[in-house]
Amino acid sequence: MTVVMMESMTTLTNFLLQPLQYEFMERGMIAAVLVGIICAVVGTFVILRGMAFFGDALAHTILPGIALGYLVSGGARDQLFWWALGTAIVASLGIGAISKNSQIKEDTSIGIIFAGMFALGIALISTVRSYAVDLSHFLFGDVLSVSTHSLWLILLFGGIVLLVIFAFYKEFTTISFDPVLAATLRLPVDLLNNLLLVLIAVTVAVSLQTVGVALMVAMLVTPAATAYLLTHRLSKMMLLAAVFASLSGVIGLYLSYYLSIASGAAIVLTATFFFVVAFGWRRVRQK
Amino acid sequence: MYPHTHHQTNQPILDVSHLTIRYKGRVALENVTFHLHEGERVAVVGPNGAGKSTLFKVVSGVLQPTSGDVKIFGTRPTKHVCIGYIPQRSQVDWNFPVSVADVVMMGRSAKLGPFNFPHKRDWEFVNHALETVEISNLASRQISQLSGGQQQRMFIARALAQEAELMLMDEPLTGLDTPAQEGILTLLDRLKQEKVTVMVATHDLDQAASHFDRIMLLNHKMIAFGEPQNVLQTKNLIRAYGGRMKVDSHGGILVDDGCDDGEHDHAH
Repeated sequence: MTVVMMESMTTLTNFLLQPLQYEFMERGMIAAVLVGIICAVVGTFVILRGMAFFGDALAHTILPGIALGYLVSGGARDQLFWWALGTAIVASLGIGAISKNSQIKEDTSIGIIFAGMFALGIALISTVRSYAVDLSHFLFGDVLSVSTHSLWLILLFGGIVLLVIFAFYKEFTTISFDPVLAATLRLPVDLLNNLLLVLIAVTVAVSLQTVGVALMVAMLVTPAATAYLLTHRLSKMMLLAAVFASLSGVIGLYLSYYLSIASGAAIVLTATFFFVVAFGWRRVRQK
Repeated sequence: MYPHTHHQTNQPILDVSHLTIRYKGRVALENVTFHLHEGERVAVVGPNGAGKSTLFKVVSGVLQPTSGDVKIFGTRPTKHVCIGYIPQRSQVDWNFPVSVADVVMMGRSAKLGPFNFPHKRDWEFVNHALETVEISNLASRQISQLSGGQQQRMFIARALAQEAELMLMDEPLTGLDTPAQEGILTLLDRLKQEKVTVMVATHDLDQAASHFDRIMLLNHKMIAFGEPQNVLQTKNLIRAYGGRMKVDSHGGILVDDGCDDGEHDHAH
């Protein structure tokens, strides 16, 4: 190899390795990749069932729960996961019940509740003096502050989510494609629907620190939608979505490090970039 | 395992008595009574909104009757997995990322039970079903790449893979061109040999008369049920279609059943 090539190799290696000398960057990378994979797989069902708005609403609805946990625990971050998880599960089943028995249109009632709960969350957090900084962490994520403890929680609960999806893969596929068929096959449709809502709730709780409440829907929807443009098979779609999501996590964090931009925003922007490229590629190929 | 029920073979495959359904605040079906014989093909005709789809949903156990009874081989439908419901094509998400074989395999979900993945036997069922409906060559196609007739065949294959003994088909011929319609009707003839009982909702009175053993004329109430020549009589048709019917110059009857495509159906 020439000296120039050697040098540029070393530069590239340095470029990639330098951020990782910080342990918080390393933990952030692992968190971003794990969260990316979980969101992508669950997100596949979210977009196929047209539940993007539900996912967005759910993420916002858990803010008062997080706020309450924040006030009760006096700002301890590690406990917030449990508050987020509890609120998310209650909220997901609650929203699910509302959308089934609603007098007014489903998206209207979801919209009212999600904005109301979100406002309640902001009101609660605003009682604390350092509220602007904390609020922005909940809203947009703070992946670089992920502790080793949080990482284990993400791995554990994310693992459970993926396992349940794997175990009920054919059932979830059937109820998503043709609910009437699922009913005539006597699958427990209501139970499976609620199970899926709970899975989305756990995913939201697990992803909270990485992308935050406001950007959550992007992690659920964008990588899955990118994969949807590129393949016609569900299993491949999940795999591709997971690849795009983890790549977005890694690339996003490098961008965040070198350009000094907010980590959550950098991850989501990278995922959006992949989507735009896939969209363009499909348009060109179809002509 | 998901619920299953054993059949009492001395009972009719479908026995409906005094069935009434109120659905979204309206009476969809009122006091409907009939029973089917095994292996027969029945056309269900009536104006739009006459309750055909509702009838299918009650028979398949997806909707519960307000009053009256539906029995499949002697017991309520809600635990039977032998009823194949074939949806209207317009109600299907054709961009769903699944292949033809994937969709047909969905019919095996009940027999497989939870936590199981398809075995060799299940693939044999799927392959055999695809052969029966003559689309084996399309097994790995994405479903959006099928023609209307092929889409319909795929759903029939799915019902076969489900080992359905009663097939309920909601307007399978609507929107198909004539050769595709003929293909589906020929396929239904062949299913008779497999002892599958078929109920088909249709708008086409001519086809109902020429391809089905019995015709059920429905408009919320049962207007008539029997052999085509007995059912398709002017007085029955007037009761079913009311003012939406005219007698043409040849003495035939023109029915405007409120179809979106504005087609007129003929009966002579």
